[in-house]
Amino acid sequence: MQSNLIDALFIFILAAFIGFEVIRRVSPLLHTPLMSLTNALDAIAVVGAIILVGEHKSNFATVLGVIAVIAATSNVVGGFLITDRMIKMFKTSRPTKS
Amino acid sequence: MTDFAGNQTIIEFVYLIASVLFILSLKWLSSPSTARHGVWAGELGMLLAICGTLLHQGIVDYKWIAIALVIGSGIGVPLGLVQMTAVPQRTALSHAFGALCVTLVGSAEFYLRSPDVPGFMMAVLSMEVILGGLTFTGSLMAAGKLQEILPQRPLTYKGQNFVNLLLLVGAIVVAVYLVMNPGAKQFFPVMLGISLVFGVLLVIPIGGADMPTVISLLNSYAGLSAAAMGFVLNSKLLIIAGALDGSSGLILSVIMSKAMNRSFTNVLFGAFGQVQTAATGAQEAKPVRSATAEEAAAILEAANKVVVIPGYGMAVAQAQHKVRELYDVLTRQGVDVRFAIHPVAGRMPGHMNVLLAEADIPYDRLIEMDEINGDLPQTDVALVIGANDVTNPAARNDQSSPIYGMPILDVDKAHTVMVIKRSMSPGFAGIDNPLYYLDKTLMLFGDAKSFVNNIVRELSGVHA
Repeated sequence: MQSNLIDALFIFILAAFIGFEVIRRVSPLLHTPLMSLTNALDAIAVVGAIILVGEHKSNFATVLGVIAVIAATSNVVGGFLITDRMIKMFKTSRPTKS
Repeated sequence: MTDFAGNQTIIEFVYLIASVLFILSLKWLSSPSTARHGVWAGELGMLLAICGTLLHQGIVDYKWIAIALVIGSGIGVPLGLVQMTAVPQRTALSHAFGALCVTLVGSAEFYLRSPDVPGFMMAVLSMEVILGGLTFTGSLMAAGKLQEILPQRPLTYKGQNFVNLLLLVGAIVVAVYLVMNPGAKQFFPVMLGISLVFGVLLVIPIGGADMPTVISLLNSYAGLSAAAMGFVLNSKLLIIAGALDGSSGLILSVIMSKAMNRSFTNVLFGAFGQVQTAATGAQEAKPVRSATAEEAAAILEAANKVVVIPGYGMAVAQAQHKVRELYDVLTRQGVDVRFAIHPVAGRMPGHMNVLLAEADIPYDRLIEMDEINGDLPQTDVALVIGANDVTNPAARNDQSSPIYGMPILDVDKAHTVMVIKRSMSPGFAGIDNPLYYLDKTLMLFGDAKSFVNNIVRELSGVHA
């Protein structure tokens, strides 16, 4: 238990540092897609909710889990969809210059 | 038993690959040329992670999982197809959904495990539920304000910060009690309830202009609550995704608060919107110069360098496509047209960029504040469309101004300034803008969309 916790803390800190370094480089141009993309990635919480529903430990837990899966899945689908739509819109003027 | 262990190893490997894909996804987002790869990497990672999870040994019933996945996708598709002008409220709503998921899973885990919850686990679980709960209601409030279902103006009352602080302390006290007595099930709803109320009260005093900071902050909270959930479920993938989302939100919050000259602690403790009240309107009617679309067109045509400063007003008037026509007609006539983007223009980070990109304006024409400010003194015409506070020179030279110290676009340094505005009434923040009374400033009164349209008609009429 204790070593699990320490491992988890290590992972959290390292991932946070990677996050800072990677996201600092994202152009302000793309800050809105960045937010919708991280939002979609964050919905990976669906994984926990799926297990909660599937294990069916109690009716109460299953009901909460089903709602959780619905909420997270809508973020996954909607988040990726809108991020892709936004990014497709960004075009340069260079190729069209004559 | 060996089969069980084998399956578990496969799942962990799949999660590892998904984690790598998530990090690559954000890395590729750094530039518009690779950004779509980023989205694909994220999608692939997500797909792998969900499929891997379905292999989980403990799952006995797939029916409800399938039903929930289908319903969720059904809700997600329309949410992914909203108009670009509705992106801020959509984003707020998805923060709420993410937080809802985390809060529900956290609550279920508590009731399944209580009273057998180790101290640290209970602390993390409390953090997950408190952060998730306040993000859920806070984001719903923000979405409601942005959708204009709720009043956009800040609702403030005496002792607001004190009440908020009291609630936060209350939630933490209950959490500490639960850590010491994890069997006290009756106190769990109290903690959850306080955090839900806290989320509402946190966002109530926030006005539209502060929304970019708030949305970023809620983004960060949503990420941190997901990371806490990762600790509870001992899921490394979830910890990584939550940490990435949390740091992303934090970086954006810091950028936004700097762009509004608020200290980060000021933002963290929800002391938004206090600034608004100090302003007093201009008592004496100062003279302004106004111009017609015809005159404005003539000035733009004679210019070599034009910088357009878009703001939330452009989004409200849905004027971005007309602005694009203006950009086209001026560019054809050899005028150099660029767009100056203030970090907090609009209602969320990068809002203006998305709207202008939607209107097919090339992104290399969208220039950030620090870069364009050096060029503004050499600019012939600065055309302000629906922006106000981010152009207010009082932020630079009037110490008594409520926005003193906020970095602004130095619009007043351009040779000629034109401002499209509905009327002289002070904007949302109620702060008078001395820019409008300068000798070189021409006020163009009217709706942004129709006024830009008139200018375009004048310009193309001459050269038809």
